[in-house]
Amino acid sequence: MTFAWALFIFNALNMRLFKCCALGALASGFVLAGAAAAKPVDFFTDVKPILEMNCVSCHNPQHAEENGKYRIDTKEEAFKPHKKDQRISPGHPDDSEVYYQTVLPLTDESHMPPTKSQAPLTKEECEVLRQWIAEGANWPDGVTLTVVMRVQFIRDIEPILEHGGPIADPAKETLRLWLSQGGAWPAGVSFPSAKVPAGLPVAPAGQMDFARDVVPILAHGGGLSDAAKETLSKWVDQGAVWPAEVKLGAAKGGAQAKDMDLVEQIHREILGTSKEQAVADMKAFTNTIPGTAVTYAMVPIAAGEFLMGSPATEAKRNADEGPQHRVKIEPFWMEKCSVTWDEYELFMYPQDKPETPADGTTNYMAPEADAVTRPTKPYVEMSFGMGKDGYPAISMTQHAANIYCQWLSAKTGHFYRLPTEAEWEYACRAGTTTAYFFGDDPAQLGDYAWFADNSNFKYQKVGQKKPNPWGLYDMIGNVDQWTLDQYDPNYYKQFSETVTEPWNKSTKPYPQVVRGGSWQDDADKLRSACRRGSTAAWKMQDPQLPKSIWFLTDAQFVGFRIIRPLQVPPAEEMYKYWHSGVEKE
Amino acid sequence: MNKQISTSPELTRRSFLKTTSTLAAAASLAPGVFAAGDDTLKVALIGCGGRGSGACGQALSTSGPLKLVAMADVFKDRLDSSYNDLKAAHADRVDVPEENKFIGFDAYQHAIALADVVILTTPPGFRPSHFEEAVRQNKNIFMEKPVAVDGPGIRKVLATAEEAKKKNLKVAVGLQRHHQKPYIETLKRLHDGAIGDIVAMRAYWNGSGVWVHPRKDLEQKLGRTPTEMEYQMYNWYYFVWLCGDHIVEQHIHNLDVINWVKQAHPVRAWGMGGRQVRKGIDNGEIFDHHYVEYEYPDGSRLSSQCRHIEGCWDSVSEHVQGTKGLCDVSGYRIKGENDWHFSADEGKDPYQQEHDDLFAAIRNDTPYAETLEYGAYSTMTAIMGRMATYCGKVVTWDDAINSQFDTFPTVLGWDAKTPTEPNASGRYPIPIPGKTKSF
Repeated sequence: MTFAWALFIFNALNMRLFKCCALGALASGFVLAGAAAAKPVDFFTDVKPILEMNCVSCHNPQHAEENGKYRIDTKEEAFKPHKKDQRISPGHPDDSEVYYQTVLPLTDESHMPPTKSQAPLTKEECEVLRQWIAEGANWPDGVTLTVVMRVQFIRDIEPILEHGGPIADPAKETLRLWLSQGGAWPAGVSFPSAKVPAGLPVAPAGQMDFARDVVPILAHGGGLSDAAKETLSKWVDQGAVWPAEVKLGAAKGGAQAKDMDLVEQIHREILGTSKEQAVADMKAFTNTIPGTAVTYAMVPIAAGEFLMGSPATEAKRNADEGPQHRVKIEPFWMEKCSVTWDEYELFMYPQDKPETPADGTTNYMAPEADAVTRPTKPYVEMSFGMGKDGYPAISMTQHAANIYCQWLSAKTGHFYRLPTEAEWEYACRAGTTTAYFFGDDPAQLGDYAWFADNSNFKYQKVGQKKPNPWGLYDMIGNVDQWTLDQYDPNYYKQFSETVTEPWNKSTKPYPQVVRGGSWQDDADKLRSACRRGSTAAWKMQDPQLPKSIWFLTDAQFVGFRIIRPLQVPPAEEMYKYWHSGVEKE
Repeated sequence: MNKQISTSPELTRRSFLKTTSTLAAAASLAPGVFAAGDDTLKVALIGCGGRGSGACGQALSTSGPLKLVAMADVFKDRLDSSYNDLKAAHADRVDVPEENKFIGFDAYQHAIALADVVILTTPPGFRPSHFEEAVRQNKNIFMEKPVAVDGPGIRKVLATAEEAKKKNLKVAVGLQRHHQKPYIETLKRLHDGAIGDIVAMRAYWNGSGVWVHPRKDLEQKLGRTPTEMEYQMYNWYYFVWLCGDHIVEQHIHNLDVINWVKQAHPVRAWGMGGRQVRKGIDNGEIFDHHYVEYEYPDGSRLSSQCRHIEGCWDSVSEHVQGTKGLCDVSGYRIKGENDWHFSADEGKDPYQQEHDDLFAAIRNDTPYAETLEYGAYSTMTAIMGRMATYCGKVVTWDDAINSQFDTFPTVLGWDAKTPTEPNASGRYPIPIPGKTKSF
């Protein structure tokens, strides 16, 4: 192992420790840990692996010159005297550099392994070295050490399993090494799609059978039992036979697997809670967010067909609003007003749980809701002093709005999501074909909307103006509303026949569609067909790198409202709605 | 623009810039900063957190040849993720070989040595010593606000800034409102007398607070019990010697704007504060609210609020009242005889602008000394406010700036003693107004 390679491993390990929740499994996957103090240490099982994995990569014949002129690959070299202190002074660990340099402060430049390039030894490993030297530093004659890599599951093992059989000899060696180092496999990583084709020959008695014995272990994944490790060891010892017919597919790993598990839980909860099955069951309702006094109201929107976009004759019309095309929409409820800070801050600040439930219920917070990721704290104050109680929430990314929907779904047992752009326009038009849902004359706009002419430079409380024909308030003006779609000015051009529930799925972070116009906008931006795409400038003043995936520093005009489709989709589709955004820039 | 400060002569000694634009005055030009024959500026990043990485990205987005050559942090994982983010965003301008990635408490010295321009973005407690080292090594500097957390720190920064000026080094301080077009336009009008004499001021940073990095997370990350020093460095916001309390770390922005409006700093302060809500095991020793009344040399007063409590009235803003009208400074709006509102297309990102201005000054060799113009004084204003809320008494500017109360540890190291230590239940001593000595 070259010096640079050791460095790479350390970097990779650190990156993962930082980003991966399965770090416990990664950090403590060594069999020797913990066994140290109880019985005398054994050179082969306890000491040799530590030296081979941490020291020999530099202290070997090739690299000794630039590493203190010290080799630790043979007994003769390892015990050579050096200055006042011995490298290894049998019986005196505190006088032995090989031990005491491992327990120096990390800032000490003599610390070994070098802190700049390698991870320090664990306390247990240091203790093994101490005890070994204290017990006389037994090193059987003739034993030579070689570099041994520290195997990591995600870097070293997962690619082998994903590649599948037949397994090459170096890969077999890596598997063997991994198992000998404890076979650590992070929880949450598995190959659930592992399928064994029928008709595979079964291995003879006494032999491990790949399909029968190994595949179930791979399908189960992380957190291997001792029995499973034993099975894998035997299988590797017998040649790691892997029939070419068996493919595992990509591992369902780490964070994404956890997210999907959570969505499946929420999905089950929703199926148990949502009673409405038919259009006839759809009534307007007001719901209290469990555990709080905060309510939100939902209005039923019947299924139907409409003409999306604007005619070329519409005043101030933009080219991206055409051609007009017929769209069919399934039934849903839509939130009567846009989401307020009262609602949104419950999601932002999960630690604000009341001591006793305000609504008298006992199960005031579904555990699934607790498991939904929450926004990091915004650096600046995100209402920009425009008011909180009863005012619309703003400055959230589309991703944050999506995850709010997931959180509220988990809290309430209803399936909520953002509307598609088509659903939004359908609900906004409410059966009308004019520029605004009240007609074509912007002079009436002040009765229905807050916009540049009447907003006094800020957003206003929700629900104060007249609603649209279907009972939706502030559907235009006040704050723009997130939809699920990627903005594409040419998106409408592909539709010649009636299209059902179109959704332009996102492939990049910008632009995403917002609709409705805001308190900052002039009248023409509030037209039912007017479209707007998000830009990177909406995060311009985020001083951090990477920029927040939750907050927009420069979009004091963007909010959202939620919908609840009558038809509850399968869990996989829920996952797609709630993770529709491509927020990572 | 040239409005004289109308009060005590003491103030005329202050080096407040009387204009709102960057320095353009003639000055004796020192030799260029570039290595002969090459105008590529080499940049080093000291402190690789989210803001440091952001500032570095902005530096790398300025025009003219430059590259990032060295990085330093105490935490290797922070450095590595910062490197990866910067590399992804500015591949052709990031050239940091492994040997130029320095880890540890002395890492800054090595990284500074390799650069022409250094970005100092560690927690603010380190700023005075890092600034001193950068000037000792004759480097140009961008340093984040605040520039210190206590009196001894400020004195060191002021002395170092004078030294930097003598050496013709360019020094920027991350108070980006000074580079934000609408602020500049608003201040210009105030200084031109648009609302007459300014007789009352208000400033707020009321919000929900910032991140918390729990001890148990660090323990899980390390796989062992962290040392107290490791924990405090990891959760630095909640310790005065590192952060200065949020009045210093965040509210400085608003206090700085009022100083800018008044072209002066306060002479006295008194106030109150405490920990009412945010007192979890990982909330260290700082307050969650401060209210300070500051008196300026002309007798006018600033009432200043900052709060880190969720679910309350929030505002991050500055407002001033004059004899002829009102100004919502942060809203860029003047009401009164001279009604005015800033209206323009989307302005430029001030975080980018502050780097554009610094690098232009470096390349054109024009004077640049934001520490002396306002950085050090605005920092001191905020520190004085904290001193007032911690002790509950009147604090004068001279008391504050001459304070011998040094918060910094005598020795740095992962096993070194921290300036404050938890008791058996993991709690830290909290200042008690009326009893605590804070300056």
